[in-house]
Amino acid sequence: MLSALLALGVLGILFGLLLGYAAVRYKVEGDPLVEKIDAILPQTQCGQCGYPGCRPYATAIANDEADINRCPPGGETVIVSLADLLGRDPKPLDEECGEEKPKMVAYIHEEICIGCTLCIQACPVDSILGAAKQMHTIIESECTGCELCVAPCPVDCIDMVPVRQSLDTWKWPAPPPPPYEQAADGSSNPQPAGAH
Amino acid sequence: MRRLFQFKGGVVLKEHKKDATALPVQPARLPPRLILPLKQHIGNPAEPVVAEGDKVLKGQLIARAGDAICAPLHASSSGTVIAITDQPVPHASGMSAPCIVIDTDGEERWRPREHHVDNFAELSAQELRGIIHDAGIVGLGGAGFPAAVKLDPGGRPVDTLILNGAECEPYITCDEMLLREHALEVLNGLLMMRHALHAKRCVIGIENNKPKAFRALCEAVRHSDADVEVVEVPTIYPAGSEKQLIQVLTGKEVPSGGLPLDIGIVCHNVGTAYAVYRAVELDQPLISRYVTIAGSVAHARNLEVLIGTPLGDLIEECGGNRDTLHRLIVGGPMMGTAMHSDVVPVVKGTNCVLVESTSHDVPLPSRDAYAMPCIRCGNCADACPANLLPQQMYWYARARDFDKIQDYNLFDCIECGCCDYVCPSQIPLVGYYRYAKSEIWNQEAEKRQADLARERHQFRDFRLEREKKERAERHKKKRSAVTQGGSDDKKAAIQAAMERVRAKKSEQDSTPKNTDNLTPAQQKAINDADQRREEKTATSPPDRPQ
Ligand code: SF4
Ligand code: SF4
Ligand code: SF4
Ligand code: SF4
Repeated sequence: MLSALLALGVLGILFGLLLGYAAVRYKVEGDPLVEKIDAILPQTQCGQCGYPGCRPYATAIANDEADINRCPPGGETVIVSLADLLGRDPKPLDEECGEEKPKMVAYIHEEICIGCTLCIQACPVDSILGAAKQMHTIIESECTGCELCVAPCPVDCIDMVPVRQSLDTWKWPAPPPPPYEQAADGSSNPQPAGAH
Repeated sequence: MRRLFQFKGGVVLKEHKKDATALPVQPARLPPRLILPLKQHIGNPAEPVVAEGDKVLKGQLIARAGDAICAPLHASSSGTVIAITDQPVPHASGMSAPCIVIDTDGEERWRPREHHVDNFAELSAQELRGIIHDAGIVGLGGAGFPAAVKLDPGGRPVDTLILNGAECEPYITCDEMLLREHALEVLNGLLMMRHALHAKRCVIGIENNKPKAFRALCEAVRHSDADVEVVEVPTIYPAGSEKQLIQVLTGKEVPSGGLPLDIGIVCHNVGTAYAVYRAVELDQPLISRYVTIAGSVAHARNLEVLIGTPLGDLIEECGGNRDTLHRLIVGGPMMGTAMHSDVVPVVKGTNCVLVESTSHDVPLPSRDAYAMPCIRCGNCADACPANLLPQQMYWYARARDFDKIQDYNLFDCIECGCCDYVCPSQIPLVGYYRYAKSEIWNQEAEKRQADLARERHQFRDFRLEREKKERAERHKKKRSAVTQGGSDDKKAAIQAAMERVRAKKSEQDSTPKNTDNLTPAQQKAINDADQRREEKTATSPPDRPQ
């Protein structure tokens, strides 16, 4: 009996050590946590979180240097997913960083563009086409809507416009909240299972 | 006698099919204007091959298929192309999409015949599929998948080809009328499809509430001595849904997330078979179809309608009042979608136009919001023919838990509406499933975009890094050339060049622009731009991002 307990204890310690070693190794190798966080972030690369892109922000979150509510393009969805991943409570978006708004894309007024290439240098995803002194244009499907190209333009010819809706991007709306809830407290949360 | 099986759940509905089957089918009046959406099928839109102002003949190709999963489009009547623009299309969103608009000339002049097929059995499966593809045929049951693709098993064996004539939704009778009037043609189309698929067996499934259609089919089979089984199935909604019909006829279940082909079965609609017959035998592309017009109209009936005919024209022809329209549904009362306007056209997949006037004189199930809390009665799960748990999916859709809802096989939901129908609390359950599905599709699309952006961002970082390295390298080379480099002459020359570069660089650093050696035209463009900019800054509000 005693020997069995002892054996189990030893085994436990052994496995604990092994796990600890694995954890250390794992972290040094590929930083899987950063990968996981980065996979959740929207990759707009806009810098509104205060870091020069999504990955640096992901690294900061993984190192506990930044909170999870600093990404306006991701909004609530991203905050909830991050909270899920990290086992924390979701919280509202940090207002300092900006507000969640519908996705936009950049539009270059080509008749005004002087071909200075400043926007090309600013674009984090190379989605602006053009060369020096040539008219520039945006590859709409690749623009993330980060707005980084707007400020550098010396002739103010870049506007952010709403993404064009098409039959392919249209979504069925959620059914309206039922009348009994509108009358009561206005909350739209379903009752937890087992109520009534 | 074939042994029949049952699918779980389903509901028995009031049929409302008598009215529209009283009158024989006749061609609808030729509309003055036809609106032909470039995308009437699943896949990419067709590409126009005509231009504004072109005269077109009936049956002439007006938009070609760009890739394999696409269907070409043909002029439904002769006339003039007056525009290729965005027009409202029959879609739940009420949005517009690119369409070819034709003003008809009333002459109905056909294009010359392009092929004669004496005996389709002499054609290869590939040739047959080619004809079907070129005729622009898509599944006429509503889903709109290009028929030629669905007739290509890709080398996999097909045991049974099922022809779906069940037509289980209330009000809809277009397939029934087609079978009553053109059973022989439908049967011939089926044999052509069988040839394309090399299917071992052919079964036609038809609900037992259409005895006339059933008899007509049996007669046709006997007459042509074809090896085809015609089977009556019990009238239980949704027996006409592909997976359910397969289960009733064969007892086999299509695996979750799979295709009928996975279990050696291919299923087509009777309307599709008729279109195939017309394409192969008569060289007529898909330019018309049978459509049921029912509900608040004086003469509910079926018409043979040219693709592109506006719904409003049909309503008027059947004695409906366009001014008292309350709801206009394309499809049946269970699975149809409400339209935002009656100017949208009939497309290849339109089987029924259901009219409801403001006086609510037809008993259509209402999807208005009278919802009460769920009482967990379980009726919905009992009625679901897809073996799902509608109540659970409803909770998760409301909680926006789109991971969890997929654990309950949301994507196996065929949106039949049985759960809605039996729910004592009148919860618009299907609305929640449609909402959840499109949210999930959207999230997936966003994920793909994010992945692309991540890749492009990484590539840019890599490119900048490489460029920096290359610059440093060049710099180093030059410097070493200067310090070690040969004769004084050469040294001086290099020094002078460096000087020039430095001068230019400092100039650039102070005024970052790219305006040396401009042609007069370029200079003018810049001056113009400057001027526009001045005007703009003078007029635009000061809060513009700088
Ligand atoms: S705010 Fe969000 S999208 Fe923008 S860089 Fe930071 S993490 Fe990326
Ligand atoms: S085009 Fe402008 S807004 Fe779009 S990704 Fe590039 S820098 Fe951002
Ligand atoms: S709509 Fe979906 S969940 Fe409801 S009964 Fe039909 S298949 Fe089941
Ligand atoms: S039928 Fe309606 S009330 Fe009954 S369990 Fe389903 S959703 Fe709830």
